[in-house]
Amino acid sequence: MCRIGAIKSLNYVHPSKALQLMQSQQKGHDNSGFAIVMHDLGGIFENYKHLPTLSMAATDEGVRLAEDILHQAGFQRVMQWVPETDDRPGLDINAMPNYVFETFDYPKAYRNAEQKVKEDLLLDMRLRLREALEPDEEGFAYSFWPDVVTLKEIGNPRDIGTYFRLWEPDTKLTAKVITTQCRQNTNYDIVRYAAHPFHLQGYTALANGENTFYLKNVEFQRKLHRGYIGFESDSQCFLYTLHYIHRELNWPLRYFKHVVTPLPFDDIERREDAQQLKAIRQSLGHLEINGPNTIIGVLPDNTLFTCCDAKKLRPIVIGRTDDTVVFSSEVCGINEILPDRDWATDIYPHEREIVTIDENLEVQRWKQ
Amino acid sequence: METMKVQDVTSNDLPWKIRYDAHRCTLCGSCVAACSFRAIEAKIEKRRLVFSESELPEPKARFSAVPVIRQVKSFKNYCRGCGICEKICPNDAIAPIRNPDSRHPIITRCLGGDSIKRGGRKNLESAVRTLDKLRVGRISQMTDPSLDAQRHTFDILAPFGRILPPQKLPMGIGPDGLLQTTGTTPPVNWIYPVIIGDMSIGALSWRMWEAVAMAVAYLNEECGLPVRMCSGEGGVPARLLKSRYLKYMILQIGSGHFGWNRIAKAMPHMIEDPAGILIKIGQGAKPGDGGLLMANKVAEHIQAIRGVPKTDLLSPPNHQGLYSIEESVQKMFLSFNAAFKFRVPVAIKVAASATSVSVYNNLVRDPYNIVGGLFLDGIDGGTGAAHEVSLDHTGHPIVSKLRDCYLAATAQGRQGQIPLWAAGGLGKTGDLAADAFKMICLGANGVFTGKLILQMAGCVGNDQGRCNACNTGLCPVGITTQESPLVKRLDPEKVAQNIVNYFLAMDTELKKLMAPIGNSSLPVGRADALVATDHAVADKLQIQYVC
Repeated sequence: MCRIGAIKSLNYVHPSKALQLMQSQQKGHDNSGFAIVMHDLGGIFENYKHLPTLSMAATDEGVRLAEDILHQAGFQRVMQWVPETDDRPGLDINAMPNYVFETFDYPKAYRNAEQKVKEDLLLDMRLRLREALEPDEEGFAYSFWPDVVTLKEIGNPRDIGTYFRLWEPDTKLTAKVITTQCRQNTNYDIVRYAAHPFHLQGYTALANGENTFYLKNVEFQRKLHRGYIGFESDSQCFLYTLHYIHRELNWPLRYFKHVVTPLPFDDIERREDAQQLKAIRQSLGHLEINGPNTIIGVLPDNTLFTCCDAKKLRPIVIGRTDDTVVFSSEVCGINEILPDRDWATDIYPHEREIVTIDENLEVQRWKQ
Repeated sequence: METMKVQDVTSNDLPWKIRYDAHRCTLCGSCVAACSFRAIEAKIEKRRLVFSESELPEPKARFSAVPVIRQVKSFKNYCRGCGICEKICPNDAIAPIRNPDSRHPIITRCLGGDSIKRGGRKNLESAVRTLDKLRVGRISQMTDPSLDAQRHTFDILAPFGRILPPQKLPMGIGPDGLLQTTGTTPPVNWIYPVIIGDMSIGALSWRMWEAVAMAVAYLNEECGLPVRMCSGEGGVPARLLKSRYLKYMILQIGSGHFGWNRIAKAMPHMIEDPAGILIKIGQGAKPGDGGLLMANKVAEHIQAIRGVPKTDLLSPPNHQGLYSIEESVQKMFLSFNAAFKFRVPVAIKVAASATSVSVYNNLVRDPYNIVGGLFLDGIDGGTGAAHEVSLDHTGHPIVSKLRDCYLAATAQGRQGQIPLWAAGGLGKTGDLAADAFKMICLGANGVFTGKLILQMAGCVGNDQGRCNACNTGLCPVGITTQESPLVKRLDPEKVAQNIVNYFLAMDTELKKLMAPIGNSSLPVGRADALVATDHAVADKLQIQYVC
């Protein structure tokens, strides 16, 4: 079973907090991997928020391939961060030779382009990188997006933390939003891409659970958008649906909930917005999810949210202080990193709501 | 002694022989009276008893005339094996026995000079059905728990109507930040995924048709199951057209347009819209052939409803004036949509065929968004009357064709836009929930069933050639006849009760199938929930093979 967690803070937070959050829940996951996606970056990335950062694990050949592709397309590297690794023997980690975090400036022709044009370019570049690196497993391009960094690795999260020196807090790698999960995909082959959180064009999603409408979702999503690829994990479906509803259709977040866990028809009929909800249920029926799951998501404006399946078969708890909000599958994770909070204000979301945390850490509970 | 010619029809030429035990028979005459086919008759037999009254054999003979029941040796009034005589006999003195040496297919053609006609289903195939090679093999357990069929809630509904792709929905963000509808969308009715499909009020007796209508009303109003019934091609009684129960009826138009004069005239008086319109192009049991209502079933009330004289009613194989799919979409769909002011979904029913995917592709690309469903009818479907050669030798199995259509939609990202409804031998083993569920996993939105409804009512016909005399108008149980004495054998309230109970049982069984795969709404297209015990079936349907 998965355990998932997320931290959103008014201050920049180091990933060691994410490791601590997950470490106390280790009996609930299987210690088979560690993945984080960070939004709203601080430290060395703070001054480059408007420029895309490539997060990639690759062989030497993979790095060369990727850089060639980006340079050919006109991207110019403005910053690079290579984590100093601790390669001591005995660590349970299946490491790639290189971990690359490079920030690029846009090609000249795009510098004054509209935002959407730039965003499409970034997606197309990442898809090209992935396509080029995939055949010989020369590398894995996790994200290529402004103000977002992704790290995924196979092994014991504690050892992965040691390898990347993530247990030692510093000011170089920090973010105001961190999402994390400690398990490799166990349903199918172990593939680096398969570990959530997943990221697409500013949207991040991760999930604890299972999506029994995976096949329905996949068959529908494949034809919806060129960016909906991979499907190494059923949780990717959550991300693609979020992206489709919020970005492609440009609907408010609440309709994501109406799509993935629609109300029963009887309930819809009794509502004022029955006409819209029925139309949504009809046209997006193949994006409905079934099975037990809890989803955590991040929107491009760094709003953090969570919602559950319609029967609430997976837990999530939200703890908070004045400057930090933490989502966690188990409350012990929150106790670890927010020991002094008022636990009486913890939120246990129910199956028909979305809880969002905005820029000022204001909590909104929206009831479906 | 009577002269006997070897070509004369005798009981060993016929498909059924009558077993008669004169010692048990009390000559009450019930069997003869009950046989609607006049296949047995009372006769006198000459008997000779040889006896001796002395110690040494001195044979004497005594002749007597004995009344008995005999089988009629005619290729017209032959025994259909319905077993009504056996059912009614108080002494178990008579019963039909299947004759494996029957010469019926030959002599009927030789003596009649006409094709053989019958009702029922295709009888040729005896191998294991494809659906019986499928199992619900993906069970939710451990991290993905099964649901509880008794305690959890389930949404068991299917769409009837054209569904727009999400990017075409006429919706925008209003001033309150919420979605607002900015245009119209095609009508869609969400109904129970099993439609009682389309048997006309001429094919069925008035009591049977009324019983089905009663069952449907009861299921809706008392049981909360939104089951719909399709009228069949043959009109609807005017009283029903003007009643509030019309909302449970899907009105069918066939190539004969029978009954539509009355329907059109009733439209100004309708207080409810019908549940839908179904344009019938073809039928799975006799694809490429039109409807067939023999003159002996065209009773007075049928003449009135259809506006026809007493004669054989043959629907043409095609809708006259439709030369292409485009035209059919434009002419028929537009006119029916317009007739009900675009409030009622209009769907089309075709026989499954090697070309079904092409038909589906054409419909799914319909630019007017007015095709509200494709009803695919497979070879194992039943019929009230057809030429036996059509029944036995034409048609296409439904399972793979439904799957082909769903996968064609998937390849274009258009699944669900034109709902797929499937039929043809579903529920043949008596277990419609399992068949429906498997078809839904393969991509059907729902199924429709006709023959099984007749069996719920008491139809004694089966796929091994028993009865299947729906075409004769002599249905021994009053279901497919317009003969008053036969119709009165049917108790419509009992029939309605059977149908209601069957649907309630099926609803429970559907939940018992949804719960183990962890789904609370219908798993349309969830082929990963199925496994096949046959390699070829698994390959064709693109599901997992297991052994």
